[in-house]
Amino acid sequence: MELVCPAGNLPSLKVAVDNGADAVYMGFRDDTNARHFAGLNFTPEKMHEGIRYARQRGRRVFLALNTFPQPGGWERWRAAVDRAAELGVDALIIADLGVLDYAAERWPELARHLSVQGSATNYEALRFYQRHFGIRRVVVPRVLSLPQVAHLVENSPVEVEVFGFGSLCVMVEGRCLLSSYATGQSPNTYGACSPAHAVEWREIGQGLETRLGGVLIERYGEGENAGYPTLCKGRFRVGQNTFHAIEEPTSLNTLELLPQLVAAGVAAVKIEGRQRSPAYVAQVTRVWRAALDACARDPERYSSRPEWDAELARVSEGAQTTLGAYHRPWQ
Amino acid sequence: MKSPKLSLGPILYYWPREQVLDFYAEAAEWPVDIVYLGEAICSKRRLVRTEDWLELAQRLEAAGKTAVLSTLTLLEAESELINLRRICADGRFMVEANDLGAVNLLEGRPFVTGPSVNVYNQRTLARLAALGLKRWVLPVELSRDTLAEMQAARPEGVETEVFAWGRLPLAYSARCFTARAHNLPKDDCQYRCLDYPDGLTLSTQEDQRFLALNGIQTQSAQTFSLLGQLADLRRLAVDVLRISPQSRGTGQVVAAFRECLEGRRDPAQAAAALEALMPAGPCDGYWFGESGMVAHGGGAA
Repeated sequence: MELVCPAGNLPSLKVAVDNGADAVYMGFRDDTNARHFAGLNFTPEKMHEGIRYARQRGRRVFLALNTFPQPGGWERWRAAVDRAAELGVDALIIADLGVLDYAAERWPELARHLSVQGSATNYEALRFYQRHFGIRRVVVPRVLSLPQVAHLVENSPVEVEVFGFGSLCVMVEGRCLLSSYATGQSPNTYGACSPAHAVEWREIGQGLETRLGGVLIERYGEGENAGYPTLCKGRFRVGQNTFHAIEEPTSLNTLELLPQLVAAGVAAVKIEGRQRSPAYVAQVTRVWRAALDACARDPERYSSRPEWDAELARVSEGAQTTLGAYHRPWQ
Repeated sequence: MKSPKLSLGPILYYWPREQVLDFYAEAAEWPVDIVYLGEAICSKRRLVRTEDWLELAQRLEAAGKTAVLSTLTLLEAESELINLRRICADGRFMVEANDLGAVNLLEGRPFVTGPSVNVYNQRTLARLAALGLKRWVLPVELSRDTLAEMQAARPEGVETEVFAWGRLPLAYSARCFTARAHNLPKDDCQYRCLDYPDGLTLSTQEDQRFLALNGIQTQSAQTFSLLGQLADLRRLAVDVLRISPQSRGTGQVVAAFRECLEGRRDPAQAAAALEALMPAGPCDGYWFGESGMVAHGGGAA
């Protein structure tokens, strides 16, 4: 199973490669990708350098072009496809049907992966994308259970990549507009969820509150660790109760499911976190490399090691991890 | 300039069977042209079954409406694909694909794409048109200006429909938030969404009504309304305006849109009257390229 690691910048790319990533994924420095954050991503020059670094070490480089251009932005996305092809990346990760269509027509030899933002959760959709745009791989939304992933792989005309670790979207990616409802910008249109410019951190009497687009997301008491106000991870009121009505601020960790993912025929596992530090990338890549190697050596006796979980817990959002939808305690 | 047609979107909530049947018996008399029928949200909602939807479609066609079958938005289980195939294979009615899995089964025949199919640019629209797309619904987060550009490049023979009234469909999950709010697991949800015929309102900790939970779907708490933008919608040559059903007053909403389109009623006055039917007030920010929750009302543009 291929280990696909995030590269938000050149130092991250290098430590991912050095710590055992089989492939890295990255984006241009604009809204053509779903991690459109200030100071993140690659200029074409850095990308060139990154590709060379990975190639010399036998690793692959994927480029995320996974947002949805509107007519006014179309030329920019088209130019991004061309630039990526000319840079010689190994695959494009695309969400929009029009962008896929263009890439397939203009650069038929360049591999195309369907981004998680393409919202493909069933094999009929995969057949559609494969037949019309020749996609080689799909990254599936983080909403499928393990048996569903296995069923999908069995019937899929293309390789299946799943998320293994990192921030957890509880909504189907590509179909979540919560961010634009509060801020005017969503992953689809802008390449960021809960964008930083819409965030406020306000001191209140006995602590801190976080807002997004003016909407109160969370209140923290003095000394409590305040998290980034990702909209779906706030505490809200429903009826008489105030709770994490959509999702707790936890992150995904599927280390203990590795033998099952391998047995299901999953082709690749993706680590989320292009927005995270090189230290995060190094640590997570190292642990996952060790786990994948252990699992390949002896899947029968594989189990997630406490020291791996401890290392990952240190870099996890909210310091808590969950198996997410793969194991559905809430279904 | 030709006047847009009116449609009733699929019922997004879980209503008792009798309520659904009564709703469509009444709708048969309303001045709507197109009625979308079917379960688009959760495959566990089975009080009205596929054969019932097909029969309702026949009945509404007999009453002079155009019936369209809506399909599930989040397709995961094989049982859901089996039901999808059945709807797509029926052949008597046009089908609204709410996922590209449905498009895979429908291509070559006329079909509609719903608001959850991401048609954000002209190349996507053209590609789908070549496969048989007859009508597309503008994704709800896109603005008037984007719509104008899309209309300028619209392929021949493709109609444009705009979500014009209702709580906005914003997100889909494998998790059921209604069950979660009741501390129930999804597989023992006890069909709690039957208790919330217009969704369960979620508020912030300072009581700002913000979202509405509808099973696995999250909606806006506010009701999106383009009643104040009819002149603009006409100028943009929008073919169909969608009214999303709610448990009470949908007939009044339809009547208001119809009367305003025909110039028999003042849109500002009608919009003010309809606010009483909104569970948590209005919004229309998306139309203006702003945060969706912003409300300009009828006077803007």
